[in-house]
Amino acid sequence: MAAPLAKEEAEAGALSPEALVALYRAMARIRVVDERMATLQRAGRVGFYGVCTGQEAACIGSAAALRPSDWVFPALREGAAMLLRGFPLVTYLAQCFGNAGDVGRGRQMPSHQAGRSVNQVSWSSCIGNQLPQAVGAAWAAKLQREDTVVLAYLGDGATSTGDFHTALNFAGVARVPVVFVCQNNQWSISVPFRAQTATATVAEKAAAYGMPGVKVDGNDVEAVYAATAVAVARARRGEGPTLIEAETYRVGAHSSADDPSRYREAAEVERWRAKDPLVRTRARLEAAGLWDATREAALLDELSAEVAAAIHEAEATPPVQAESMFEGVYARLPWHLAEQRSELLSVLGSRAPVPRDD
Amino acid sequence: MATLTLVQAIHDALRTAMRADARVVVLGEDVGRLGGVFRATLGLHEEFGPERVIDTPLAEGGIVGAAIGMALYGLRPVPEIQFADFIYPAFDQIVNELAKLRYRSGGEYPCPVVIRAPYGGGVKGGHYHSQSPEALFIHTAGLKVVVPSTPYDAKGLLLSALRQEDPVLFLEPKRLYRAAKGEVPEGDYTVPLESAAVRREGTDVTVVAWGAMVPEALEAAESAAHAGISCEVVDLRTLWPVDITTLEASARKTGRVVVVHEAARTCGFGAEVAALLQERCFVHLAAPVKRVTGWDTPFPYALEQQYLPLAPRILAGVDETFRFVA
Repeated sequence: MAAPLAKEEAEAGALSPEALVALYRAMARIRVVDERMATLQRAGRVGFYGVCTGQEAACIGSAAALRPSDWVFPALREGAAMLLRGFPLVTYLAQCFGNAGDVGRGRQMPSHQAGRSVNQVSWSSCIGNQLPQAVGAAWAAKLQREDTVVLAYLGDGATSTGDFHTALNFAGVARVPVVFVCQNNQWSISVPFRAQTATATVAEKAAAYGMPGVKVDGNDVEAVYAATAVAVARARRGEGPTLIEAETYRVGAHSSADDPSRYREAAEVERWRAKDPLVRTRARLEAAGLWDATREAALLDELSAEVAAAIHEAEATPPVQAESMFEGVYARLPWHLAEQRSELLSVLGSRAPVPRDD
Repeated sequence: MATLTLVQAIHDALRTAMRADARVVVLGEDVGRLGGVFRATLGLHEEFGPERVIDTPLAEGGIVGAAIGMALYGLRPVPEIQFADFIYPAFDQIVNELAKLRYRSGGEYPCPVVIRAPYGGGVKGGHYHSQSPEALFIHTAGLKVVVPSTPYDAKGLLLSALRQEDPVLFLEPKRLYRAAKGEVPEGDYTVPLESAAVRREGTDVTVVAWGAMVPEALEAAESAAHAGISCEVVDLRTLWPVDITTLEASARKTGRVVVVHEAARTCGFGAEVAALLQERCFVHLAAPVKRVTGWDTPFPYALEQQYLPLAPRILAGVDETFRFVA
């Protein structure tokens, strides 16, 4: 967990040594979570998983610039943002198992976590759809004279969608307090960034919408934090939106269903591995006398134990009840869903007892 | 009580809701200074200001997407899609986002957006100012679809839609915007959603209709009465979730049903009405459920009177259904 960041630090975009250690711990934590979940996926214990390996600094550095009251509209690789902001790890993992411990009641595939408790909004899977919604939430905050800032994440592929253009255009016109953070990880599944757009950068697109565009080294957690903190402070002052391009790299596959060896060279991956955000942050902490091999070993032991225990607990949670499928389509169960629920239960009942909620 | 047109009743509902609840905001193309291309939002910009009556950039996906974000944050946005024909750029936001947010978030993010859109033909609007897309949205789990046919209902149903927690597509029959006039109470009242209205009682044939086809159905029923056929006209008002109790009761009473809509026949909501009735009251039906609908063509400009299921075609359908012998 990140230590609370002092307001002045956020304004300046600078991190205290303690805060940098906290961000390093958060990055190490999601790395361990991702490794363990990817292993479970290969073992068939979860159906799907999307890691953020290599992109930890871009996600965590940006999310760290927010207040708890700020909102996040994530894309696929921002689960770490909600963990950083205090979402329980067991509940996060339960989403991957789609069981009764999942806030979303097992309705979305893994890596689609959301949580009102940390103001992280549900993402659909549709690329770019969250962006106009983030603008609307920021607009609502502005209309209600609240100082909430909305952070909207996207990948480089999303910059090709109509919703990207629409959202940035609306945000620029209405000057709403939204910060768009594009994690440009160079690949949209198998399509490279150069085939996604004719511009050299994502950041330069901001000019077309009348907002600042900032390109930052997305593997440098301090740089990402600083750029986001400045943009968030601008938004909070009522000075409107910013587009940040965090240049990073998807070291792993797009998802557990992907095979990157079919479309990219191993040498490219290795070049980016050398810029691993965890290695770079650790080196800085060690140079500053804030970290060493002993602390590293202790941290990895601690995280391994924490994640193993959380997975054990999440996996042991009971499945969702069949009849829950019909709940929450509407605020109240309408007649046709009540009938369909009865139909399902009668069919299930004729084969095996239906587990009941107590 | 004032006599208002249907579009004036919509305007009255918006003004009433905005006066009562600061969370209600209107957004869309030309809804501000102009008051909307049909003037449904006339004067709201002056009364409530540009922050609550928002002229947006021209992008339906952005209008609905932003409305979703506003609703998630706690507002009660009422986006206007200028014509239902232009709703398709927002289809993704409506179908994949608006309709599913409550469900996919386990109830953490309900999304009470009320999308208003003028729909339907008969105003010389051609392909792109005449469509009736209701079935596409009825097919999408999580949406409510509401269609008023009278000024009284238009105001009461819109106020109801704004005071419940589900997303609503509120389709306004533009053919009736100025043609339908009626007494509308001042101030606040509601007409319940998911409740049909029996506009005319009868015993021989049930005619099910909504929106601009309700007056046509009533005209056909009057003509049928002269021919000795007693028609019951059911105005569904809320298409989904449909008032199955009223629908089924009328079908059981008459045993003969004609369903009327402007949209194309194939996979139109009339097909669902027919399916529901044969599932629920098969032995009470004395004739096949007859669909009198728009043809399975795009909406034609020059031939719209021949395309629409107006009173003469409804009457023919009633007659055929009444005479059917198994």
